[in-house]
Amino acid sequence: MELLEAIILAVLAASTPLLIAATGELVTERSGVLNLGVEGMMIVGAACGFAGAWLTGSILIGALFGIVAGTLMSLIFALMALGLAVNQVATGLALTILGVGLSGLIGAGFVGERITPAAHLYIPGLTDIPLIGRVLFGEDAFVYSSLTLIVGVWWFLYRTRPGLILRACGDSHVSAHALGYPVLRIRTFAVMFGGACAGLAGAYLPLAYTPFFIPGMTAGRGWIALALVVFSSWRPGRLVVGAYLFGAVTILQLHAQGWGVGIPSQFMSALPYLATVIVLVLLSRARTGGSTAPAALGTVFVPDR
Amino acid sequence: MLDPTPNGQPSGESPLLRTIGLTKRYGDFLANDSIDIDIWPKEIHALLGENGAGKSTLVKAIYGLIQPSAGEIRWQGQPIALSGPSQARGRGIGMVFQHFSLFDNLTVAENVALGLDGRESFKDMSARLEQVSKTYGLPLDPRREVWQLSVGERQRIEIVRALMQDPKFLILDEPTAVLTPQEADQLFIVLERLKAEGRAILYISHKLDEVKRLCDTATILRGGKKIQTCNPRLETAASLARMMVGSEIKEVKAAAGRRATVPRLVVNDLSLAPAEAHGVRLEHISFELKGGEILGIAGVAGNGQDELFAALSGERLSNDPGTVVIEGIAAGHLSITQRRKLGAAFVPEERLGHGTAPRMKLSENALLTGHAASGMVHHGFIDTAATLKTVDRATETFDVRKAKRDPEAASLSGGNLQKFIVGREILRNPAVLVVSQPTWGVDAGAAAVIRQALLDLATAGAAVLVTSQDLDELAEIADRIAVMFHGRLSAPLATGEATREKLGLLMGGSSLETKEAAHAVGA
Repeated sequence: MELLEAIILAVLAASTPLLIAATGELVTERSGVLNLGVEGMMIVGAACGFAGAWLTGSILIGALFGIVAGTLMSLIFALMALGLAVNQVATGLALTILGVGLSGLIGAGFVGERITPAAHLYIPGLTDIPLIGRVLFGEDAFVYSSLTLIVGVWWFLYRTRPGLILRACGDSHVSAHALGYPVLRIRTFAVMFGGACAGLAGAYLPLAYTPFFIPGMTAGRGWIALALVVFSSWRPGRLVVGAYLFGAVTILQLHAQGWGVGIPSQFMSALPYLATVIVLVLLSRARTGGSTAPAALGTVFVPDR
Repeated sequence: MLDPTPNGQPSGESPLLRTIGLTKRYGDFLANDSIDIDIWPKEIHALLGENGAGKSTLVKAIYGLIQPSAGEIRWQGQPIALSGPSQARGRGIGMVFQHFSLFDNLTVAENVALGLDGRESFKDMSARLEQVSKTYGLPLDPRREVWQLSVGERQRIEIVRALMQDPKFLILDEPTAVLTPQEADQLFIVLERLKAEGRAILYISHKLDEVKRLCDTATILRGGKKIQTCNPRLETAASLARMMVGSEIKEVKAAAGRRATVPRLVVNDLSLAPAEAHGVRLEHISFELKGGEILGIAGVAGNGQDELFAALSGERLSNDPGTVVIEGIAAGHLSITQRRKLGAAFVPEERLGHGTAPRMKLSENALLTGHAASGMVHHGFIDTAATLKTVDRATETFDVRKAKRDPEAASLSGGNLQKFIVGREILRNPAVLVVSQPTWGVDAGAAAVIRQALLDLATAGAAVLVTSQDLDELAEIADRIAVMFHGRLSAPLATGEATREKLGLLMGGSSLETKEAAHAVGA
């Protein structure tokens, strides 16, 4: 019982950064932009988030630092890929390389420092319920925000007009432009939102997951977030399922090693990616027409004037 | 509401829309050179011109999509500056684009909502959508996604979307290019009705007989300049064409004595599952094409023509070799190169990206289809001189106009590139030529050259298969015409018997036999 609760708590904690980063990337990709720089934006968010929290002693300010850092990183991407119409794949990869180096530089002075991690909710009575109490009522603010965020994004995309316009840009930028929508401006906002989410997801790691900063601490989570968006076939609902599934696999892999299950850990680490491939195959077989991915994803758009 | 103004020039009244000296400059290039045009209410005004004449630039400026470099647009007498389409829509200007501005993965209702300013709720909008589509006889299911719809239905979305803004002035850019004759007739009824309601319509088209039938006024553009405004009903198709082209168009002439000889391309009961999600399944297609003969395949785009081309060219292979027989040899399982070696040549519909590699030079593009059987490769090495010679011969024989000897394919205009592609294949002296949409989007002069080349090739003994949506083109060059519908091919009709009505019925999926049978029963 205790072990089960511990595992569920660990899965939630491991899934949260994936969910936040993937939510941002989902919005970016829904507008038709493929930003492969999630890992880079996350790791800069982690370094800046820790720096902010360590300097001010406030987790909230740390999180804001992470958000701003991620947004600034995404603006570099927006300038290159949208403003100058550079290839999005190359720009995104370059952004990740830049981010990894930059975070090492920013974070160099903070390695070995510790902060007090983000507080967990405590409601007397409710939080004390066995098994589900701590899972539902004892999380930190990041976990609750991540869920609010994805519900908000779902509502935005499917229930509001700006959300419809954003999806339209991702489906056909030519049509959106012809109807008079400012495609590049809309996409810039989408990229910035993606950057803000990646920064927040990065900041979660040193502010809540582990209360210290080490270089390279995102450890490929940005790439998993990218895979998750594909896994979810660009749907917010499936994204939640996918994020917790991926988080669960990560945690189970650790426990499996502890229990001495005879499966190589490398295979377990590869499982999320394998799952993505399988889901993609199943999706493309199941669908009879139309496209699962935003049709304009990753294509350069230069409006004629 | 709208003051009815008779055609002609009423004194003291101002037109609904007037452009004065409208000019659009791209670098050194004048896309529109000081164009004056008047649009009156209750008028269907044709805008005629060849590709590149400046029609699209003009309407984009009127719709606020681009900003004119000089000149003025007046709306109901007042000068206006439009910084975007939403401002144009706000004034009452609507537009139906040639290349639909639709979103394939969104529903019909969402597509319509995106074309409106969003002041009403989605629910109210959907209700109004239903009402407008019913009023004008343009049925639509608001919940379906666009990729599931036919081209005609897609155009209906565009028109309904424009009508929902209750426009005073509606621009239609080549609306009938993708429609069957019957669908076009239905569209004309809607347009007449809009005109009767007091709206003005600017109608862009290549099709002169349509313009003569429908339009009250015609303005002709050529090379970015306005040539003339006239009453199309008082002109002949030939005189309108002359104004568009600036010179007489050569008549295409079939040589006398062209005779069908031996079967060169035979298709036996070809059935093929679609390769893509959106594709059409080919079902039991059979025909026989002899040397010296041109077979035309008509049909609305997306009824399996692309799939048939792929099956004939070898882009898709058939499990049964006997389904495609080229020069007496079963070739259904053979690759494109092997089929070329048998004497077949192929000209796909899409010039850039399928017919040529856009960023490669013409000589390299010549090599890409000629490497198998045209002596351009020796011991695995490219004979550059031979590839250049092919370019020169195609240039000379088919009057390809280009800036230098061997430019990139993408730098040529559509008509010139098409002449090069057709020329490249014809110079290989093919026994069988399969060509898809040979003159789509090509100016009238180049189209005449290409059609003549196809006729000459048939006269020389080759078998030519032409897929086209242009019935006039098929009537001009084909000996027999068959129609594709939902992946099936009708029995070919001799061109003399293939009236527009018969072809239209076949294109809409009716079969001639049942129609006639019904008549017989009725009688």
